[in-house]
Amino acid sequence: MGFFSSGFSGRGRSDNPDLPPGQYLTESFPVLSAGPTPRIATDDWEFTIATETGKVHRWNWAEFRALPAEDVTTDIHCVTSWSKLGTGWRGVSLDTLFSGVETSAEFTMAHSYGGYTTNVPLDDLLGGKAWVAFDFDGEALEPEHGGPARLLVPHLYFWKSAKWVRGIRMMQSDDPGFWEQNGYHLRGDPWLEQRYW
Amino acid sequence: MMTADNVLDGNAAAGPLLEIFSVDLTAAHGRCDECGRVCALAETVLYNHAPGLVIRCVGCDAVLLRLVDNGTRAWLDLRGLSYLQIDRAQ
Ligand SMILES: [Zn+2]
Repeated sequence: MGFFSSGFSGRGRSDNPDLPPGQYLTESFPVLSAGPTPRIATDDWEFTIATETGKVHRWNWAEFRALPAEDVTTDIHCVTSWSKLGTGWRGVSLDTLFSGVETSAEFTMAHSYGGYTTNVPLDDLLGGKAWVAFDFDGEALEPEHGGPARLLVPHLYFWKSAKWVRGIRMMQSDDPGFWEQNGYHLRGDPWLEQRYW
Repeated sequence: MMTADNVLDGNAAAGPLLEIFSVDLTAAHGRCDECGRVCALAETVLYNHAPGLVIRCVGCDAVLLRLVDNGTRAWLDLRGLSYLQIDRAQ
């Protein structure tokens, strides 16, 4: 790619079958950020799902943490070409969060504290493929990595795993988010190398 | 404005912008469409540890400019600027 710094300094292992095309392995966890890091106290945190009818489902931190959580071990793939294998997370499945949500819309926009957005088809959030994660490596998720909670959609490029996520809004059409408006792919499957339009 | 690590001042955007434009745009003055602050792009805050280059207002953190470049095509988003004032060479 062009002139952007990925914060990546690792060695490539292009023969590794766990690495999607064009990706390199890193042991570190580079911090990528398009803006200042919001510091959200859990007392002030909330997560919402807003449907196309205007109905809003809300969880404060205590309600969110009372939901059943899962341990997730997964590979993550950043579009700036680093991949990190076998990362450990704990979070609430989107299947759990959507269990009481009635919607016929097929697309979603994730919204974050700080203003970031990213669009994700609903099918990519359901079926045990996505979580709202609050722990990384057995510790509370640090603000630099998206804490108190971030979206985790590891089968798509990591820009879809919105840090500091605060809600999901259902959409009838696949409207583009922060990066998807400026060249990045609407879906972003790393195995299909869907980096750009 | 919130503190942030891993940022540069907008001056560091000179090279990438020169690849797109033939003038040094970091010398241009831009008006933040959010808060109205006017300052040279060189004096803004540049986030480049990201999938693209993001320039934000020093006054209110609003996004002023986004630039994505995949080597063969570049996308420039200026909607956060109500104008760019470019002084022509004399
Ligand atoms: Zn401003």
